[in-house]
Amino acid sequence: MESKQKEFLLEIGTEEIPDWMIEPGLASLKRLLEEGLQRARLSSAEQPVSFQMHATPRRLVAFCPGLVSRQPDSVEMVQGPPKRIAFDSQGKPTPAAIKFAAKMETTPEKLQTVTTPKGEYLACRKKDRGRPTQEILRELVPQAILGIPFPRSMYWEGKAGPRFIRPIRSLLVLFGGRVVPCRIGAVQAGAWTFGHRQLGKPRLRVRDFAGYVETLRRNYVLLDAGERRAKILKEIQGLLASEGGLRLKENEELLNTLVYLAEYPTPVAGQFDPSYLSLPEEVLVTVMRGHQKYFSVEQEGGALAPRFVAVMNLEKDRSGAIRHGHERVLRARFNDARFFWETDGKLSLEQRLEMLKQVTFQSRLGSYFEKAKRMESLAGELARKNGSTPLLAEVQTAARLAKCDLTTELVKEFTELQGVVGGLYAEREGKSKEIATAIYDHYKPQSMEDAVPRTLAGALVSLADRLDTLVGCFGVGLAPTGSKDPFALRRTAQGMIRISIDYPLPLSWRDVVDTTLQVYQEAQQQGQVPSWNKEIVWPELGPFIDDRYRYYLRDVSGYPYDEVNAVLAAAGRSKRWAPFKMLEAVHRIRQTANFEPLAVAFKRIKNILQQAEQKGLFSRRNLEERLLEPGPETELYHLYRATAQRVADHKQSGDFFSALEAIASLRPAVDHFFDKVLVMVPDADLRENRLTLLATLLSEFSTIADFSEIVTAEPKKAGSH
Amino acid sequence: MKPAKTLQELIFRLTDFWAGRGCLIQQPYDAEVGAGTMCPETFLRVLGPKPYKVAYVQPSRRPADGRYGENPNRLYKHLQLQVILKPAPADIQDVYLASLEKIGIDLRNHDLKFEEDNWESPTLGAWGIGWQVMLDGLEITQFTYFQQCGGVELDPVSVELTLGLERISSFLQDTESVYQMRWNEEMTYGEVRQAEEQQFSTYNFEMADVATLWKLFELNEQECRRLLEHYRQLKAPGEKARFPVLAAYDLVLKCSHLFNMLDARGAISVTERVAVIGRVRSLACGVAAAYLDQTDASPGSSSGSSDASQPGEKKSEVVAS
Repeated sequence: MESKQKEFLLEIGTEEIPDWMIEPGLASLKRLLEEGLQRARLSSAEQPVSFQMHATPRRLVAFCPGLVSRQPDSVEMVQGPPKRIAFDSQGKPTPAAIKFAAKMETTPEKLQTVTTPKGEYLACRKKDRGRPTQEILRELVPQAILGIPFPRSMYWEGKAGPRFIRPIRSLLVLFGGRVVPCRIGAVQAGAWTFGHRQLGKPRLRVRDFAGYVETLRRNYVLLDAGERRAKILKEIQGLLASEGGLRLKENEELLNTLVYLAEYPTPVAGQFDPSYLSLPEEVLVTVMRGHQKYFSVEQEGGALAPRFVAVMNLEKDRSGAIRHGHERVLRARFNDARFFWETDGKLSLEQRLEMLKQVTFQSRLGSYFEKAKRMESLAGELARKNGSTPLLAEVQTAARLAKCDLTTELVKEFTELQGVVGGLYAEREGKSKEIATAIYDHYKPQSMEDAVPRTLAGALVSLADRLDTLVGCFGVGLAPTGSKDPFALRRTAQGMIRISIDYPLPLSWRDVVDTTLQVYQEAQQQGQVPSWNKEIVWPELGPFIDDRYRYYLRDVSGYPYDEVNAVLAAAGRSKRWAPFKMLEAVHRIRQTANFEPLAVAFKRIKNILQQAEQKGLFSRRNLEERLLEPGPETELYHLYRATAQRVADHKQSGDFFSALEAIASLRPAVDHFFDKVLVMVPDADLRENRLTLLATLLSEFSTIADFSEIVTAEPKKAGSH
Repeated sequence: MKPAKTLQELIFRLTDFWAGRGCLIQQPYDAEVGAGTMCPETFLRVLGPKPYKVAYVQPSRRPADGRYGENPNRLYKHLQLQVILKPAPADIQDVYLASLEKIGIDLRNHDLKFEEDNWESPTLGAWGIGWQVMLDGLEITQFTYFQQCGGVELDPVSVELTLGLERISSFLQDTESVYQMRWNEEMTYGEVRQAEEQQFSTYNFEMADVATLWKLFELNEQECRRLLEHYRQLKAPGEKARFPVLAAYDLVLKCSHLFNMLDARGAISVTERVAVIGRVRSLACGVAAAYLDQTDASPGSSSGSSDASQPGEKKSEVVAS
């Protein structure tokens, strides 16, 4: 039943798809096609059919070099009525048997019998001739296309018509060089594609994939995103090489956008008046990148050069008009920025504090003025508790002024520069570097990739900002539910956790939340914020922070879940601030020989204690040395005493790995103890003392990680994870 | 085609082009609007099943954008060329590009991109999917497939093209400031309009009386509500047909403009903002529902088609919730 392989080519021709939706859309299309072929048995686990995907802003393309032309035939046993009702007493077929035979297009004599757990049934072997692939594709292609999930789709032929990310205007569907006749709305599949809007022909015949790619190339469409990317980068090199010492300020996100904004991308370099370089680099780069999608260029020392690179969707700038146009637009943009930069300077940040009364933070949590006041108190408290008294005044000033840039024209125009602008203005006003940097950094980190604040003062202001938001929102009942998180509280907490890892304060999460609640209490007494039940915040916010912590350690940092659980369980009650270093240590110690057997032993101890407690055989008491038996028990006790001291010293100096190493070195003694000593002896005093020894051991050595959470390799002891 | 040398020549060429494509050439609407979209020729015509093609220049006022005539690129009042094609033709992008060729933009010499920009007007309960069209880095057009208007899902879909005429003209004439460009052979844009920009900026930012603006807003809102209430009581088709739904819409436009004025005066806090926008939206949606109900009830209308056949009242409730 060999069937010939033929190539399959699909091109969805559309109006311009937003650049950031192209790759996810393409991945969905690939998945939908491959799953569809699997369902149709045209692709199997042994011989999976895989698609090559390509895209430009105006087309999504799927290509498969070899697809069989017909489904394999299938044979299945179709079950009919029970045998006992299928034949009468004379063994003649009843209407039930006759009807089933007719349905199977055969005669009752040819039916078979199968035995099932429910008894004997009539059955018939049904052979289905595989359908031609062409037919299957006819159904699959429109289904797959319209099945792509987009965050916001549209309709264009009226409500009864198809929905897609942008209008579909052409459809190329070829299987073995023949058109697969299908349609999306008014668009009928054909053997035609189209070239670049300005440089190519609008209607081009396609026979196969190789020809398709070549035809597109001749018509100024580079189908391969990698090729477009390489072209942009290489040609930028060429443009900058003509002048010495210039270098592209790389920006992967922008590059990716540009790759999907043009079918034939060509960079063009432009200049701007060096006098604009007196504006802060952050502002210039934001205007160029964010608003104009231009790359910026730096000089040898890293300073911004009065140059930019735009990427056109054309093969060249024939008359120089394009460069001229881009320069003209940029000049207007820079003029605006300069105007804002200068007029904003007429008011100091301190003067702007009053204006924050007009800017709502959250309707029930007051204005940004009130938030700034709370941040000032809170950041001060955090600094005090951290023993950063020399920083205190500057931290408070930075926290008070951090939000003032929300009233500036520059931030109103370029919202992504909030914080940065405040920092720049603080510096211009002559505030200390400490204050300016803290304001500048206080929104950091804004994403997983973003850095944390550069200074402790910045970290404290950022923490105060985040805690104020989290505690306030949880207090007035705005905690995220399900997928709804309108105040981005998850991201807020995530950033707080990132900061806590780089700036380990001697505090627990409980402490900082309580401190924040105290600050809110003052505001509540002054009537700025409605009162809420203080007791409800921690029970909700504690697990929320824990969850974010777990997510960060496991999904972002990639630590195994059992190690994360072990460390978080040990941090448990106190919700210690920064178990991150402990996690690193657990991760390292885990590879060593003693560790997993010790984890097994700890688990055993935990079980023994639990069982004894349940049976009422154990109540915690003080360990009595006189009751210890000489031999393994006394040896374990002495070793424990010595080790506990070493562990405490290592922990004190923050060397968690050495602490864990010391704990792991107990392993032979613990094993020996269990080999030689019976714990549950009849003598109550002896037994309780023995259990106490084990309990002490367990609690003393579970402060870094709860080893019973570690999933060990021995299957019978691995528990039911 | 050589570039249009003056602003008015640009307007002539564009209106000529769209007239050639079967568009009715309307004149600007005689009320203050923030955008051409707000004119009845767009807001109301895109509702319901009846095909329509129209193009017009609409002076659009945005009090907060005024810069006393001092900023070379920002204006309190600017001109938009508004084109509505209902239903949206399949080759609309090509037709649009042809209109650019007609005003003298040789697309082989310029970098043109369609960059995602989904338009939304919370005050009108309207949104659409589309792009900003970038020409050598300059945004020259907002290109939108309307999906919803006045809270009503549209069927058929209209396409809206909004061209910023000052920008385009300034680009074609290659002037650094909008005020330097030629309106006609004799006069510059600055000679015609600079004083107006200055005076209205002064009024909008400094002198407009906030209490009066609020009072006017409330009066217009009340009057509009009264009309909509009245319409809802009507039963007889004849009474409905002569009812001034269009006048009610004028009152929505007045409210919208007064809101913009209050905003420019800094009289609306962030929290209030959402609420006031909601008030205008509920009027706009009420008018849209009444308009559909009225056209549906009028003789000769193609009744029975999806949207139009639903009672107006129900729709405004849906929107208000």
